[in-house]
Amino acid sequence: MYNQDFPLIFEHSKPGRTSYSLPELDVPDIDLDAELGERYLREQPPELPEVSELDIVRHYTGLSNRNYGVDSGFYPLGSCTMKYNPKLNEDIARLDGFSHIHPDQPEKSVQGAMEMMYDLQTALREITGMAEVSLQSAAGAHGEWTALMMIRAFHEANGDFRRTKVIVPDSAHGTNPASATVAGFEAVTVKSNDKGLVDLEDLKRVVGEDTAALMLTNPNTLGLFETEIEEMAKIVHEAGGKLYYDGANLNAIMGYARPGDMGFDAVHLNLHKTFTGPHGGGGPGSGPVGVTEELKAFLPKPLLIKKDGIYTFDDDRPQSIGRIKPYYGNFGINLRAYTYIRTMGAEGLKKVSEYAVLNANYMMRKLESTYELPFKQHCKHEFVLSGKQQKKLGVRTLDIAKRLLDYGYHPPTIYFPLNVEEALMVEPTETESKETLDGFVETMLRIADEVKEEPELVQEAPHHTIVKRMDETTAARKPILKYESK
Amino acid sequence: MEFRYLPMTVEDKQEMLASIGIDSTDALFSDIPKSVRLKTEMQLKKPANEAELKRELATLASKNANLNDYRSFLGAGVYDHFIPSVVDHVISRSEFYTAYTPYQPEISQGELQAIFEFQTMISELTGMDVANSSMYDGGTSLAEAVNLSAAQTKRKKILVSKAVHPQSRAVIDTYAKGPNLEIVEIDVQNGKTDMNQLANELDEQTASVVVQYPNFFGQLESMEEIQELLVNQKKTMFIVSSNPLALGYLTPPGDFGADIVVGDTQVFGIPAQFGGPHCGYFATTKKLMRKVPGRLVGQTTDEEGVRGFVLTLQAREQHIRRDKATSNICSNQALNALASSVAMSSLGKHGLKQMAAINMKKARYAKQKFQEAGMEVVYNGSFFNEFVIKLNKSIADLNDQLLDIGIIGGYNLEKDFPEMTGHMLVAVTENRTIEDIDQFVREMRELNV
Repeated sequence: MYNQDFPLIFEHSKPGRTSYSLPELDVPDIDLDAELGERYLREQPPELPEVSELDIVRHYTGLSNRNYGVDSGFYPLGSCTMKYNPKLNEDIARLDGFSHIHPDQPEKSVQGAMEMMYDLQTALREITGMAEVSLQSAAGAHGEWTALMMIRAFHEANGDFRRTKVIVPDSAHGTNPASATVAGFEAVTVKSNDKGLVDLEDLKRVVGEDTAALMLTNPNTLGLFETEIEEMAKIVHEAGGKLYYDGANLNAIMGYARPGDMGFDAVHLNLHKTFTGPHGGGGPGSGPVGVTEELKAFLPKPLLIKKDGIYTFDDDRPQSIGRIKPYYGNFGINLRAYTYIRTMGAEGLKKVSEYAVLNANYMMRKLESTYELPFKQHCKHEFVLSGKQQKKLGVRTLDIAKRLLDYGYHPPTIYFPLNVEEALMVEPTETESKETLDGFVETMLRIADEVKEEPELVQEAPHHTIVKRMDETTAARKPILKYESK
Repeated sequence: MEFRYLPMTVEDKQEMLASIGIDSTDALFSDIPKSVRLKTEMQLKKPANEAELKRELATLASKNANLNDYRSFLGAGVYDHFIPSVVDHVISRSEFYTAYTPYQPEISQGELQAIFEFQTMISELTGMDVANSSMYDGGTSLAEAVNLSAAQTKRKKILVSKAVHPQSRAVIDTYAKGPNLEIVEIDVQNGKTDMNQLANELDEQTASVVVQYPNFFGQLESMEEIQELLVNQKKTMFIVSSNPLALGYLTPPGDFGADIVVGDTQVFGIPAQFGGPHCGYFATTKKLMRKVPGRLVGQTTDEEGVRGFVLTLQAREQHIRRDKATSNICSNQALNALASSVAMSSLGKHGLKQMAAINMKKARYAKQKFQEAGMEVVYNGSFFNEFVIKLNKSIADLNDQLLDIGIIGGYNLEKDFPEMTGHMLVAVTENRTIEDIDQFVREMRELNV
């Protein structure tokens, strides 16, 4: 299977082959074409493949064999929390009473689904320390934007239209400034100090009466806890701004601290990270938002509430930012998260964070003498190394990542955060065993030796994957974005 | 080991603490200021074992009326279509569902190629040059299309037909607050966009015209006439939201000059699951290729000339361009796009057309039966698999009564159109048998007195 072209499903196509078995037409046949008229009739059928069911199964099984997931092996992709995705969650999500229900059914016919959602909201309120939670947002970036829209609505409701700026740390995930723009704000950057934390002096400099909010991840993207969080909250609040918590890194602090107690006004969570929603090859995720009492009125519509023992969707919310998504969020992912929270309970979730942090520190200390560690303090659930020393020997972080592929690992996140040169961001998660962590550490050390002894081995990696490094430049310069039959 | 997802033993933990040089994991949390530390245990339900939780959640699920046990005539954007068994088997391959975004192409060719195939299928169906790897859903995809049209034309006025899904329109309104767009809604005349009002509102300030085809009421919009109107406003973009199943039979929006076509592929292999996750698609012209929100997969070759696939044109995206990105989207709906690809492959070139035809024929049979039973079918234009009937009673009450006899009735239009009391939007898919339809009409006639 090495270095072989794998046919596209279209290339398996043979006229006359089918894989479908549609319900029969049991009503009288009619001439649709005559009724619709020529202008509504598709001239050519879409060029979809004509394949048998076994063709499909072989094709997609083949593709799955050319893919790598958490179930394949260790996946320490920093900031993405690639933990184990419990199988129970998948079974629950496939129960007919959850998977085959329509969002517009009468509420009395979906009380079970609504009860689950309400219970999940309640649990997330407790985990975050916020007054109210909405499950509407489809993913993390969607949650960021939703929360910023609420903050904007809050300021405007106070007659304050001057707050046009959102402050983001230089270490922030790209979605933060992008969400600020989509919400109609201007993103401004606050610098990090030499400890990898937000520079308070710089924060004081950029904050002002035009500040709508500060967006912060805590622990931050370097995996470090922002120890001066209370002081930061004070600075932002005194200037009239709001504090927004990006929940990307909540896996580090569950049961230890809550954003609501740190002074945050709005949060989003990534249920597909912390709460085991599978990442699906890129999605779907779920990004619920939580807010303080003060911002509650601005939550998106509708809000699920319980009234006289009955669950109902409340649409009568005059100050709401409005709808952010059709229906009620990514219910299927929320259900998986709920199943996980019920499996773990308070005690289990605290252990999750305990082990996520223990695992990261254990690996960090084993690697710090070989790869440069820019920030020396204990980390939380992830840590960032720099490949600076290796770069001096002509081997880049990208090469190290590619060499890890040869050893059967998914590499860490690379070249992020932007404020660390040649960054390698490692997040082991709590679901990995000590043997797995040791194996990865050993491999990283071996690669460091290779960098010194046989640099070309690393520079030319990967050697054992089904394809070699891809020509990304041509892909972008002359884009081929779909298959065209010859 | 008390929790099955946490593999560390007591010995492991001791060895690791010793290796770090600390006595307890508490030391690792000492950087959290005492004042913000949680002093008590979180108040959550106690951990449940697998068997117990499975039972409890099965009980909760059984409280819901599900589409397999009930006969449903409810659509309005989410449909009860047949899902071939092969779909769930493919998406249950955990190399797909436990992976993340294919950042490392050498070990992600499976996902990348699957997305490339999805992009191809969507381009084909919509008649557009390019399609992206997916969006959250049809509604947010439409809102992103609107924002893109404003950014591209540097105009603020958007004309949105009221025959576009009401929830999608509501999402557009919220998204439009960011860039301060002016949304002008165009009324509905006999179930379709009012062409006179559209012509009057269309001007040099108009960034885009937004219609749904087939529209929210199931009707086919006057696509040619809209296309002709836009001939005089070349800069104004034509945005069409389409049920992709309908496009198996109907002329694709691309043939009517659409600039952006969006919609939801829930109709292909994705269960209703209370409204999400579904799967938005986003298709457009070559001209707008570098403005598309979300991820794109492109074909290329590796160092040895072997064909392969990579994420491409990433300079549009938030992780590169940050505040200048064309959208903030990061996670998308990749697994659902995969489900839809499998369903589309299963249907194939001819099956998709046949499935669309069965939907249309069954819907027309139902429409005729309603008329024969003396119930008014409101609009007389061509439609896909949904139509509107007018009844004497409150639809909410009727639907409550229908539930008791195992039927999920149609969509209550009064919810979004206060003037439409007693109007029900009825959807008929291939999953409804002639017996289901006859029974539904019979019951409705009895209840509608």
